Amino acid sequence: MVVTVGSAIVALEAEEIIYGAIGLAGSLFGVATLFFLLNAPYVAVFQIAVYIGAVAVLILFTVMLVRQEKWAKEVAPKSGTRIAGILTGLAITIALAFAVVATDLAQFTTLTNSATFVDIGKLISTGDSPILEVLALVLAAAVVGALTLSRVDKEDGVQ
Amino acid sequence: MNSLADFVLVSAMLFGIGIYGLVTKRNALRLLFAVEIMINAANLNFVAFGQYLPFASAAQASAPNPLGQTFVLFSIALAAAEAAVILAIVVVAYRLHQDVDVSELKSMEG
Repeated sequence: MVVTVGSAIVALEAEEIIYGAIGLAGSLFGVATLFFLLNAPYVAVFQIAVYIGAVAVLILFTVMLVRQEKWAKEVAPKSGTRIAGILTGLAITIALAFAVVATDLAQFTTLTNSATFVDIGKLISTGDSPILEVLALVLAAAVVGALTLSRVDKEDGVQ
Repeated sequence: MNSLADFVLVSAMLFGIGIYGLVTKRNALRLLFAVEIMINAANLNFVAFGQYLPFASAAQASAPNPLGQTFVLFSIALAAAEAAVILAIVVVAYRLHQDVDVSELKSMEG
């Protein structure tokens, strides 16, 4: 929990953006361990494989690809914006925390769900199979779109 | 660290951090980090509620309920697609402006 929240703050506040990317990977890993604690190992392994294996590495490569010296001295936000942001984030967190404390969520202390990856597989491949297929199309479209966007035209050199 | 409230509180903290990042940061990559953190907060909520709460009806109360985990699997895949598109946009913006500060991208204004 400390790893998750601490790394999330590091991800946003690290001076060098590449350390921020590593902090984001740490935060994602912390969430994966929380999934393990929640007795959901399949989701946890999926999170590690997709988020840390693909997304974090993709972000790291982009950061290294487009990095420049001036990024090292990233323009600091105006102090007014910064204070407003901290207040907004704190206000939302505190409001949600009060809402959680006001309910009786703390009385649930045993994991009642016994769903295994067999059940997940059954649900995905039978009841939710249209969602799976639409998701496959969305992924394919996103990848093709990303490739089209970042393509360099041969004729005019750069863009 | 073993009741449902603990996990929901961690999720609320992650969400607050994501909001803070969205409000203060002007670097496109930092905004992507903030959005990813918020997506993770939502995923954590899904799994936590799905694992602690049984079905509403008593007849199914002990049956396994894979819905929460399944939703999170779909959500993770969508987040991966979103990250790919945003990173492509960042690369294009950098190529055009040599900068990824979103307040400097005037050419995208309508």
